[in-house]
Amino acid sequence: MLTLLGLGLLALAVLAGLGAAGLGRRLVPLGAAAVAAVLGAVAMATLALGPVEEAALALGPPWGPALVALDALSAWFLLVLAVVALPAALFAAATGPSSRAEAAAFPLFLAAMVLVLLAADAFTLLLGFEAMSLASWALVAARHPSGRGRRAARLYFGFAAFSGLCLIAGFALLSAPGMGFSEMRAAPPEGWRGTLALVLILLGAGSKAGLLPFHLWLPLAHPAAATPVSALMSGAMVKIALYVLVRALFDLAGAAQPGWWGAPLVVLGAATALWGAIRANVETDIKAILACSTLENVGLITLALGLALVFRGADLAPLAALALSAALLHALVHAGFKGLLFLVAGAVAEQAGSRDPDRLGGLIHRMPWVAGLAMLGAASAAALPPFSGFASEWLVLQALIQSWRVAELPVQLLSAAALVTAGMALALAAAAMLRFVGLVFLGRPRTPRAAGALDVTGLMRAALVVAGAVCAALALLAAPALGLAGGIVTGLLGEGAAPPIAGLDLMLGEAGARYAPWAVTALLAGLALALWYGLHRKGAPEPRRSPAWDCGFLPPPPDLPFGDPLTQPSAAGAAQPIRRALGGLALAQREAHHPAAPGSATPARLRVEARDHGFVALLWPLGRLRRLAGHQAERLRGLPLSAYLALALGTLVLLLALLAWGAVA
Amino acid sequence: MMATFLALLTQILHAALILAAAPLVVGGVRWVKARLLGRRGPHPLQPLRDLLKLLRKRPVLADGSSVVTRATPYVALAATLLAALLVPGFAQGMALAPVADLILIAGLLALARMALALAGHDAGTAFGGLGAAREMTFAAFAEPALLASVLVLAVLAGSSNLDAIAALFREGSLGIRVSLLFVLLALMAVALAENARVPVDNPATHLELTMVHEAMLLDASGRHLALWEAQAALKLTVWLALLAAIFLPFGAAPVGAGPIAWVVGAVLWAAKMALLAVALAVFETSIAKMRVFRVPEFLGAALLLALLAAALVFITTGLA
Amino acid sequence: MTGPGDIAYDVAHLLGGAMLLVGFVMLGQRRIGALIAALAAQGVLLALAAFWQGHVQAAPQLYLTGLIALLAKGIAIPLVLHRLAGELPPPLRTEAPGRMGAGLVLGVGLVGLAMLVVVPATTGAGALARVDLSMALSILLLGALMMVTRRSALAHVAGLLTIENGLILAAVGVAGMPLVVELSAGGLVLVVALIAGVFARQMRERFASLDPGVLDRHRGEGR
Repeated sequence: MLTLLGLGLLALAVLAGLGAAGLGRRLVPLGAAAVAAVLGAVAMATLALGPVEEAALALGPPWGPALVALDALSAWFLLVLAVVALPAALFAAATGPSSRAEAAAFPLFLAAMVLVLLAADAFTLLLGFEAMSLASWALVAARHPSGRGRRAARLYFGFAAFSGLCLIAGFALLSAPGMGFSEMRAAPPEGWRGTLALVLILLGAGSKAGLLPFHLWLPLAHPAAATPVSALMSGAMVKIALYVLVRALFDLAGAAQPGWWGAPLVVLGAATALWGAIRANVETDIKAILACSTLENVGLITLALGLALVFRGADLAPLAALALSAALLHALVHAGFKGLLFLVAGAVAEQAGSRDPDRLGGLIHRMPWVAGLAMLGAASAAALPPFSGFASEWLVLQALIQSWRVAELPVQLLSAAALVTAGMALALAAAAMLRFVGLVFLGRPRTPRAAGALDVTGLMRAALVVAGAVCAALALLAAPALGLAGGIVTGLLGEGAAPPIAGLDLMLGEAGARYAPWAVTALLAGLALALWYGLHRKGAPEPRRSPAWDCGFLPPPPDLPFGDPLTQPSAAGAAQPIRRALGGLALAQREAHHPAAPGSATPARLRVEARDHGFVALLWPLGRLRRLAGHQAERLRGLPLSAYLALALGTLVLLLALLAWGAVA
Repeated sequence: MMATFLALLTQILHAALILAAAPLVVGGVRWVKARLLGRRGPHPLQPLRDLLKLLRKRPVLADGSSVVTRATPYVALAATLLAALLVPGFAQGMALAPVADLILIAGLLALARMALALAGHDAGTAFGGLGAAREMTFAAFAEPALLASVLVLAVLAGSSNLDAIAALFREGSLGIRVSLLFVLLALMAVALAENARVPVDNPATHLELTMVHEAMLLDASGRHLALWEAQAALKLTVWLALLAAIFLPFGAAPVGAGPIAWVVGAVLWAAKMALLAVALAVFETSIAKMRVFRVPEFLGAALLLALLAAALVFITTGLA
Repeated sequence: MTGPGDIAYDVAHLLGGAMLLVGFVMLGQRRIGALIAALAAQGVLLALAAFWQGHVQAAPQLYLTGLIALLAKGIAIPLVLHRLAGELPPPLRTEAPGRMGAGLVLGVGLVGLAMLVVVPATTGAGALARVDLSMALSILLLGALMMVTRRSALAHVAGLLTIENGLILAAVGVAGMPLVVELSAGGLVLVVALIAGVFARQMRERFASLDPGVLDRHRGEGR
């Protein structure tokens, strides 16, 4: 298995070289797709057959060989990666890279993510993580030599550097006994060391996954990349960050950590979920809508992980298994539908020429394939039964509901608040998905370009269909898929824990609640078909076409065959009720209303400026601080020579003192 | 074998009963409201007659509409029907009882809501999109309130399975709980919002700027409109049955109890539904419709009430 | 020990919960008239709770407390407040919109806090006393919150009365509390003093409303 994966990594490196040389515009992404398929197969095989033992590589840092291994947890996230990477690479093959840098960075990005998952020592893991950050930054930056995209890339780079630093410090604390994972497991951190490690890992992995308050870069950077890269970043890269979180907090830090470790995860997860869901409802770029929905889903996964930690601390192994299974399944399901949705958005941008809903509309008539798959993905993202999102979010909600069994009032109150927040986030996610589908695919075209769009064909359609098939399969096969994760649950939570499944159903053992995807799908389909048949049996009259009634509006004039686009809801208009009711939670808003002068025929205008609270509260003060520090540093230039010498001597003495203190301690 | 057969039989009877009740509930509420307002009002069976007439008419599709307009009514009604099958009525322990999870019921109603909102967007009209956006906004408050209520019920009954909850409450070993009172109020507020009833929306209005539910159906006609009307009626019935199953659980017959208990259960169920319908009518006539942007406050209050109920139930179960 | 399922516990619990609910209604109510009606309802509920406790504990002095609560808080004070509210100009009879949602969320947070404080602090006491005490503390905090978030003087009085209702509920719920009568009487004096204060303040507001400087200070209120 490891050999196969090693060959895959090698192939990716070769592909990157080819890409850098400007050769094989189609070949490079197709090769990446093949590697992704192999990754998926290896992951499934590992999950089904059992983990692969640790192996030492011939190369590595000076102090020892790099260690790699593939256990159940790694394999699960490898599967998550493959689920996105395969259709994304196919889509990349259909569109072709825009530059040589992009062609080279795409396979490297994949390879770095695989390396993180394979790593069995801290150094390799961090190496892979940094390479992943760098490659994805390059992919964003390569597309935007200047302008807003470049600024997004710079912001992303700043956050990635912060996340890397925090992770390095966190793993330094964890790897006091040694760099290898097995050594770290043998001597888990205790006391303040453990707490500090928790904080650092949470900051590092959290800011990469987009947890509050380090989420600012995500809705800017993810949409700025090319579509397949956006899909990979949103569907897979945030999962790699969550993998690091799980690896560090569940595995390396040992099973004896206190239950309150889960509390910050629950709080941050719930807050991120709500925040992302609110922002997904007000964005006016379809890719940004999807990126914000990623925030929401990352929040839900983190929330479930936090619950698992709380339950583990309270010795409730079955409930911990429920929460952990919910997080794992949701990670996989989200990879499925978010990959699909990003590719859909890319196809729309490619074929209809815009990512702004106010320039799209009515695409279902011209692009039935894309529209159908978009609805499949949107229904999954909106957690509607029987689609795939519902299964995992049902587990998350059940875990939250069951958390009253932890007989501590603070935990109960916290989880009740988290349940309400998550419920609101779910309903808002449905609203965001409705807005996405309704504005882009339904209604009338808002521009001639949208009216003349063509459906996807060939490789691009294949990419979308593959992603859609995964999405649909996960809806029905949620329980068997979760069965593959049994090894992770028992591995991390002990022998007594198992995923909450019974045959093809998801079932909570002691609580008895049950969700049967097959039965629900069959019943729904059966009822709908019976209704249709019942109404059409006796030769129901065929519908007639006529202009929309719309409370008595005139039919469109001949010069505007689709009617005035302004009489349709706009992106801002569809967002307005939610923005008005909840927008203030996440956004600092300013509205300016310019009514038309009496008697004039000009339309009234409403200008809305909305900015994430994070910019105001976090980023701008940081910017001011940086300028201040710059000014202070400027003053150093005016010092006399003796002062410079004193500075150098002082530093030396300080270092020596530190060394002496270390030796004494 | 016998048990399975009985469970299946009650399930079918329940389906027939709730389908028969749906138009009567809507017609009955309209009739009682009319009487309370001093009008004679249409016959309680009028909704059924409207439905049959609409089914015979030729649907007119708006120019911009797509297959979504033609498919969503079936999806929505199927989802609502499935939810209706899951809610216990005159009997408990029916064939689908093991999967009668409250979260699934909420999800099915959300599916129906999403179908309706998609249909609202499909014709590309101003009011359809407006109604859809408002409907989803209300859901953003109603859904967490429902979930918090489910939490309270699950803490008391040990499971979020509606059948188990109803069976436990029927035994009446819980005493009077303040938390249940709060949950009742929260669920009633959610039910009013979900069914577009008076303080939230007016089912009788066609004033463009205030309507929510009707705005999405402006361009539906013929059998599509009939399906939507049937869906709305069935949804109201499902909600009333849900409230009856949780808060008026007495008299429901366990499946094995035999036909006499079933008949008693059915009569009692009809009485409970009638009571709730009259209560709804009285409430609707005695209150004014809210402004649209007040509704989130109304539902937010319901949400907080349910959360409060959760807090109370935590301390009472923790202490007893 | 009493617990759920026991009628003594159930009724007391229900009455306390209903008082808490009315407290939330007051917190979320914009119109002064409805606020006063809710206050009256809370007074009546308090009286009922006192009567019930008097019945359960066989403590006749609690009937007296209940009677005082019924007459003063259920009838007299609401009537006076109602008359005062009737004299206000219509715009002042409603609170400014907005802020209500945040106030309610804060209220729920305060209830959670009250529970987190009371439940560990009363280990060893009966279940009824613990639940009752946490509800009473919640009602008290809600009253205080109302005084903080509201601008209208009448709402302040309502908040203060809510605080006092919470106090008396706590005193009533604990068996063998001899001070209850005195407490409620003391509370009554307090309220009477307050009403006088409001009267004065009302008059001052009337006169001050002619002053443009005061109008400026009140500018945030109209919206």
